Amino acid sequence: METPLRSAALLLAALLLGGCATFQPVRVQPWERATLADELMNPRRAPLDAVFAEHILFSREGSAGGAGVGGSGCGCN
Amino acid sequence: MQSNPRLSALVLLGLVLCAGARAEVRVGAPFPALESAAFTGGLPATAGKIVLVDFWASWCAPCRDSFPFFTRLQQDYGARGLVIVAVSVDEKAADFESFVKRFKPGFDTVRDHEQRLVREVKVPAMPTSYLIDRAGRLRSIHEGFRGKPTETALRKAIEALLAEKN
Repeated sequence: METPLRSAALLLAALLLGGCATFQPVRVQPWERATLADELMNPRRAPLDAVFAEHILFSREGSAGGAGVGGSGCGCN
Repeated sequence: MQSNPRLSALVLLGLVLCAGARAEVRVGAPFPALESAAFTGGLPATAGKIVLVDFWASWCAPCRDSFPFFTRLQQDYGARGLVIVAVSVDEKAADFESFVKRFKPGFDTVRDHEQRLVREVKVPAMPTSYLIDRAGRLRSIHEGFRGKPTETALRKAIEALLAEKN
């Protein structure tokens, strides 16, 4: 490839990659978490249901744990 | 001098990536004018005062915990020139109003209904307090509310500002 053409291609690639400058493109900002903080968003809001579901998973898969992650909600503090 | 296209491209890429970096308000810089922000609710007089701008929301549990402390803070330092402006980021007016009615804060509360100021400041967590000196410069940022440690840090920072000559 000719040098000017290659330079232009590299410049174009750099400009396009600039779109990836925000490494967390879909990050929910702290002030946008009203919906996430709603109790309806809590997958463990019915503890008894969660116990049943875990029991069924344990019986079926022969394994326990690994259901869900620590923390949820508004992410405050 | 012969130019190196690859090097040029890398430098350009670096510049583009840097441009995407966060541009929040920094300590020592002037804090955005509260008067020009589009708030619902009246602002208190802040000229020549030490201002504590606290961003909160009705759905944020630590914000709820912080309100009694801010009321005490306003009572303790109000006469010496501290003004607390609690800026709600609630999108629904009803959420803001019912919260204020329920917790009866002893300081001024306004609502950033378009979330314009909070976007400009790029608040890192809810709640976050910004302590502004009499000249309108941001002096310290207090991220989150963790009870006693936050209370001690805020009182210390306010005392230091009050001790400064006007």
